[in-house]
Amino acid sequence: MLTRREALLGTMTGAATAAFLTAAATTPASAREPAANVNDLPRERVNLVAPPFVHAHEQIASGGPRIVEFQLTVKEQPMVIDGDGTTMQAMTYNGSIPAPMMVVHEGDYVELTLINPETNEMPHNVDFHAATGALGGARLTEVNPGEQATLRFKATRAGTFVYHCAPAGMIPWHVVTGMSGTIMVLPREGLKDENGKPLKYDRIFYIGENEFYIPRDEAGKFKNFASLGESYDETLKAMRGLIPTHVVFNGKVGALTGDNALKANVGETVLFVHSQANRDTRPHLIGGHGDHVWELGKFHNPPAKDLETWFVRGGSAGAALYTFRQPGIYAYVNHNLIEAAELGATAHVMVEGEWDNDLMTQVSAPAPIASY
Amino acid sequence: MRLMIPAMVAAATAATALAIATVPQAGKGQVASPVATVAVNPGSFDFRLPGEYLKADWPVDAPKQKVSFRRGFDMMKYQVSFGDYSACVDDGVCEAPDGMRQLAETPVTGVSYRDATAYAAWLSKKTGESWRLPTDEEWAFAAAERLQDDALGLPQDTANPAARWLARYAAEAGTETRDAEPKPRGHFGENSKGLADVAGNVWDWTTTCYRRATVDARGKITRSTENCGVRVLGGRHRSYMSHFIRDGKSGGCAAGLAPDNLGIRLIRDRPTFVSAVRQLWTRTMG
Repeated sequence: MLTRREALLGTMTGAATAAFLTAAATTPASAREPAANVNDLPRERVNLVAPPFVHAHEQIASGGPRIVEFQLTVKEQPMVIDGDGTTMQAMTYNGSIPAPMMVVHEGDYVELTLINPETNEMPHNVDFHAATGALGGARLTEVNPGEQATLRFKATRAGTFVYHCAPAGMIPWHVVTGMSGTIMVLPREGLKDENGKPLKYDRIFYIGENEFYIPRDEAGKFKNFASLGESYDETLKAMRGLIPTHVVFNGKVGALTGDNALKANVGETVLFVHSQANRDTRPHLIGGHGDHVWELGKFHNPPAKDLETWFVRGGSAGAALYTFRQPGIYAYVNHNLIEAAELGATAHVMVEGEWDNDLMTQVSAPAPIASY
Repeated sequence: MRLMIPAMVAAATAATALAIATVPQAGKGQVASPVATVAVNPGSFDFRLPGEYLKADWPVDAPKQKVSFRRGFDMMKYQVSFGDYSACVDDGVCEAPDGMRQLAETPVTGVSYRDATAYAAWLSKKTGESWRLPTDEEWAFAAAERLQDDALGLPQDTANPAARWLARYAAEAGTETRDAEPKPRGHFGENSKGLADVAGNVWDWTTTCYRRATVDARGKITRSTENCGVRVLGGRHRSYMSHFIRDGKSGGCAAGLAPDNLGIRLIRDRPTFVSAVRQLWTRTMG
């Protein structure tokens, strides 16, 4: 009898062969990388950084394609998701919601090791929207507690892409309880505006938006479950209603406000990467704009300019470049303002610098209404 | 303190009126008696006025005024608990609070200014005593060393209005506990006056109205507008909320920090000779 591990391995070999044959038959020679050469490519091992930050990386690739190694460890753990102490039985990659952001260049190979520690209850895998074949790699990364697997895929399309867990029969539950992240595949020559002129950023703010569906008790209070398994039935019922109880950035109401507010300076250019694996959202920077916005997140399409609000489809990640021109406290929100103010989808950016009176000035301060 | 006088008179009048009408009644709701109070001794302090102040059309720190309490007052040692408040709800007088995760011994949260005044009226009726919300001055005086001066102390920089916004945000963020879940009463300890949980994670409603004022070069108020639709809350940082708001987080502005929770801590007016006679009369005759 085949063990699960052997079965998985068998599938992997078959799928890889099939993928190679298909590739050889249909893709142009330039895109066809002889598999024998991959092992000769330089390797880089990247330690992922917890959101809203991103690991150090080049914006313009200084060399040829590489193999970039990442590691994700699945952590099933209860997480507090609001200021009232509401606790969700969460599933995460590396313990954060959203999962960390990976950055590579077009033509690089992503080599991901997925580890599912024995202490977990569930099987897990990962579906990269940036990858081609095998359900985004999900079929080749299915690991039970106590197993690990390594997947390599070629990053052939430039843009910001969602990755998420996709185990058979339980995909939405794994995704809405925390298992989604983002990979950014930069063009080798970096970002360009609509005329092909280079665009650079000083920093990235990686905003992962999640909506949560927490079951309530008879009195209307949020329920607390002792384990992941016990939370399943009622959570699924709440999910089917399609009305989220929380809509948050970075896994928790207020995760990016107060002491954890984002920081920038006037004159700095920030790339906001906004990822939502399950549900549509509409990012908006109150008091600012999107100078160049890849609403679809895919960098070989020219960016839209001067946007007020942009639309990120559920199951995708978008990117917006903005240079701060005025100091102050900015609110970065999902401009469904009910979701922003009542359900949690608000981040704050503290921007230091000199005020520009030409852009804005208070002509007269609030005072009693003048009589004419 | 010209402006606080009408408020105090009004509160005193209301309290007297309640005392006159008081007939202690037996109802479903039980009052945990006696309510633990702390006698705040007479004294005076320099009080940073609440509200927003403009000098030559630019925001500045509020001026300070010397405030004296010649009589002292009795304030609840602990905030009104969920259990205490529930008795008023059971009596059909108070509306059920909105706060999450409430236990009998945690302070009641998810209450508006209207809920707070309704509870004070109910408690007065139940006990035959006169209970009311504190003014901001009384709250600040009682808070003692736990009072956070909300002056920013910035050099007046008329070129950059954002400097005050950033400093205010940073100051308030610095006082966050990052844990808004209400704790059992007493969790945050006592201040030097013996009051428990002052400036913990539940803010206290006061009767003081929001005010916008203009000051002259010497800091003297030359013009002031009050908006009593918005009341002051005492807490880790002084806050302003519309009177019907029950959840500080959703009542906050887009780019500022809001109170973790809104709650209640009352003052019991010491009976005057006249009210004591009236109370005795109602007890005897009622």
